[in-house]
Amino acid sequence: MNGAHRNGSRWTSRSAVHVVLVLATLYSVLPLVWLVTSSTKSLGDFSTTGAFELGEWNLGTNVGDLLAEEDGVFLHWAVNSLLYAGVGALLGALICSACGYAIAKLDFPGRRALFAVTLTGVLVPTTALALPLYLLASELRIVDTFWAVFIPLLTNPFGVYLARAYAEAAIPGELLEASRMDGAGELRTFFTVALPLMRPGVVTILLFQFVGIWNNFFLPLVMLTDPKLFPITLGLYQWSSRVTQFPSYTPLVITGSLLAVVPLIVAFVVLQRQWRSGLAAGSVK
Amino acid sequence: MTVVTDRGDSSARRPAPSPAPRRMGGRAGRARLAPLLLVAPFALLLLATVLVPIGYALYLSLFTERLSGLGFSGPEDVFVWLSNYGAVLSDPAFAESVWNVARYALVHVPLMLGAALVLALLLDGAVVWLRQVWSLAVFLPYAVPGVIAGLVWAYLFSPGIGPLNDVLPWDPLGSEGVLPSIVTMATWQWMGYNMIIFYTALRTVPRDVLEAARIDGAGPVRTALSVKVPIIRPTIFVALVFTVIGSLQLFTEPLVLRSFTGSVTSTWTPSLYVYEAAFITNDYGRAAAASLLLALACAVLSALVMRLSTRRSG
Repeated sequence: MNGAHRNGSRWTSRSAVHVVLVLATLYSVLPLVWLVTSSTKSLGDFSTTGAFELGEWNLGTNVGDLLAEEDGVFLHWAVNSLLYAGVGALLGALICSACGYAIAKLDFPGRRALFAVTLTGVLVPTTALALPLYLLASELRIVDTFWAVFIPLLTNPFGVYLARAYAEAAIPGELLEASRMDGAGELRTFFTVALPLMRPGVVTILLFQFVGIWNNFFLPLVMLTDPKLFPITLGLYQWSSRVTQFPSYTPLVITGSLLAVVPLIVAFVVLQRQWRSGLAAGSVK
Repeated sequence: MTVVTDRGDSSARRPAPSPAPRRMGGRAGRARLAPLLLVAPFALLLLATVLVPIGYALYLSLFTERLSGLGFSGPEDVFVWLSNYGAVLSDPAFAESVWNVARYALVHVPLMLGAALVLALLLDGAVVWLRQVWSLAVFLPYAVPGVIAGLVWAYLFSPGIGPLNDVLPWDPLGSEGVLPSIVTMATWQWMGYNMIIFYTALRTVPRDVLEAARIDGAGPVRTALSVKVPIIRPTIFVALVFTVIGSLQLFTEPLVLRSFTGSVTSTWTPSLYVYEAAFITNDYGRAAAASLLLALACAVLSALVMRLSTRRSG
């Protein structure tokens, strides 16, 4: 009797847990489902069919219209986003790893000061930097160029913080000593011994910096006026601000949004094991 | 401007008095150079894109542009002490932006972090089918750029297009409803990310500690509240700092909503205020002062949160 009662209450609490999880998942996923169903609709179906129903299949036409708009400017945006985020994250992750490794494992003058300044850098709001960065860039005459967006986004103080944690956890000091005994220089030791050991951490930094740059909006908004240099986010924002006057932009904005989101979701799903273990390593200080 | 640049430069690369590492022979020079080579790229970036700009903003905030004399020689920069700060602090539009962001943070921060923590504890503690699938699904909104999240929700909120306008107890794009709508958007975006962070931290709780709690007769809820949560406190506080700072900088979501509703003014949050002052009105002094006040608020609040975290655990 008692046992049955306990089983019953366990069963109820188990169902309650799953109800909570289902609700959280619906909240998280339904807007994305809406994005998928909406990008398959024509402008007419968009306002006449239900939000999550499929109308007439129109995705092909929508993508075609999107790619044709303004002489294919969307493709420019996609390529730009890939360059800003792809090259930026690769280079940024390498720079962070080198610095984090040096702070964790090497002795050099100013090491503590550098780490302290880096930690403060994590807390500086981007809003506070936008105006001075813009004015400095205009003095260097690089406003409205690739570099005005690319260079500031390379700076990733949080990446250095993570890299230091990974280096401390993953690299035994004896290994570095052994490498030095073999006559390898410090730089070579970093690239051949330390970097491979830090790999899950480096992949995590890379992925999150990629997302950070891909999703960034404020800096391009401030720096760029030439649509050919826009990343996807800024381009879609510009189109969306015309929607009230010109409803025909709606399918473009929605289909463009879907195409901008899909690569990131795929990356997170495919690289799941990597970033999960990377986050785990980072949380153990 | 050069003065500021020099100051920023020297403070970042101040030669430290610490003794050189003990190394023998001719390799000493190279060995000391190598760490600096590894560090240099990041140090230079930090200097050029964070420290110098902050110094420059400080400089800008003390000047204002005025037409000199009869206005023949064009505008010139005049040193005005702290009057830009005074102008910002006495501006009703700025006060309103602070009020908006304060109300937003007071709802969003506890709601989002609380939900993330509960979900993480459920995933960690309860018997759950398909654990990976749930956590990934809830995490996905993090991968959606803020602009696109804003657009998707703006459509979902729009009367006649999205279903939410009929369902929600508030008017999602009305002047009073816009705040809960933005909370809904931001919570959607960050809940899963923080859930994963908490969940990852919970996985590191030693199993023997949990076993001991179970033997002492603690149920799952009791174990969660009095064993697990205290152990992952540092993680929670770090998340709290980042969330508070992020909330104060609220910018993208309200800006995107501006295309869909007139309820969001051009100075609705402090970040929008800075953007408006800097790039629409071109009042650099006022913009710099407002942005530094925002940075100061971030610094003070994060110091406060960290203080709280060490005091309670000590």
